[in-house]
Amino acid sequence: MSHHHPSEEMLLSYAAGSMSEPLALLVATHLALCPQCRHEVAAYEMLAGEELEDQSPALLSSDSLVRVLDRLDAPEAAAEAPQPPLAAQGDLRLPRPLRDYVAGSLDSLDWHQRGGIAEASLLPERDDFKTRLMRIRPKTAIPEHSHHGSEYTLVLTGGFSDHTGHFVRGDVAIADPAVQHRPIADAGEDCICLAVTDAPLRFTGPIARLLSPLLQR
Amino acid sequence: MVTGVEAVRPANRGTLVGVAVMTLDSGMGSNATVASRAVPDELSGLLNAVAEHRDRKAFIRLFEHFAPRVKSYLKRLGVTDSEADDLMQEVMLTVWRRAEQFDHRKARASTWIFTITRNKRIDAIRRERRPELDPNDPALVPDRDDDPSAAVSANEWRAAIRKAIGEVPEEQAKLLRMSFFEDKTHDVIAKELDLPLGTVKSRIRLAVAKLRRSLEDLR
Repeated sequence: MSHHHPSEEMLLSYAAGSMSEPLALLVATHLALCPQCRHEVAAYEMLAGEELEDQSPALLSSDSLVRVLDRLDAPEAAAEAPQPPLAAQGDLRLPRPLRDYVAGSLDSLDWHQRGGIAEASLLPERDDFKTRLMRIRPKTAIPEHSHHGSEYTLVLTGGFSDHTGHFVRGDVAIADPAVQHRPIADAGEDCICLAVTDAPLRFTGPIARLLSPLLQR
Repeated sequence: MVTGVEAVRPANRGTLVGVAVMTLDSGMGSNATVASRAVPDELSGLLNAVAEHRDRKAFIRLFEHFAPRVKSYLKRLGVTDSEADDLMQEVMLTVWRRAEQFDHRKARASTWIFTITRNKRIDAIRRERRPELDPNDPALVPDRDDDPSAAVSANEWRAAIRKAIGEVPEEQAKLLRMSFFEDKTHDVIAKELDLPLGTVKSRIRLAVAKLRRSLEDLR
């Protein structure tokens, strides 16, 4: 049972469908681990259903119904048919949907090791979010950093602490731009996290400043 | 990820919309508890008729009710008229094809069709995947057995949710809709309503907090 949850705004945004894919991935993976937030999202979905019900009806093009009726018996295009689970098995430390994004296993990713911290990028094509898995060795401190945007971290194994609390599997830590924080991984097992930053990390120092336009593409 | 169907069925004992545990005819075995035998409302009944008998008349009635609302909803999100019509047709076709995945004990027809519409739009207009949990994932943490909301019917939930949103002051509810159901950024809302950005942010935060407190009171 997790104790640190996404904000209610995040849950509502996920339910309404207004949330971008990287954050939605983090929220959906948290939901797999948190029955409490699942109930809350369900309530928001029902609210959205009521919102749909309350719409004033739009005028349809005259042949809409006929066109749909014509297709009722047509076989479904293969691309639209339900996909078999990509990773029904695989590494269960990673709940779905996250497991699908790593093809079932952490080994499929391109890891970059720096000291006690390894990182692998997910959704690298997006330039508005930085999404990555982190594997942090026990008792490793993550270098002090701040960010332009907010940083969201979902713990999958192990745990870490910073000045705001202690985070374990299923917990979501949210660090806003103003906060300089320095998390330290728990002793024991590696801490694996999904981290999403809604703007690229900002490293301080002259060389980093020189590089940052390149890093930010 | 085809529809939002899975989203309303988190676990075998699925109580995502806080609805009854499995009933006898659910195919989950004879030891299932009959917590409440909710009678489907009219729209749910039509969906059931499509699922069970491929009933075209029932489908046409569902189309007449939902198609204009689905299109209207999409247009409010900035989808053009012709795109909204095309996408609405895809939504209604999915309703026909996936009707057997609908369970009136767990969801209302409007909730279920909303999730399909939401996911079609994300796929077709935003060109993103919609990450959703898998209710059958062995890694899923199941619902607690003693969850009190498991005894509440979909209709009771609906009444409670209507009441909760009704208690949010109108000026805040308006911002909620713009932010979450019209997909507008806080900046855009601030410009449209000629309000300071900080006011927009704080009103939205207040509204969501109020909504959540009202929902918590239901537990």
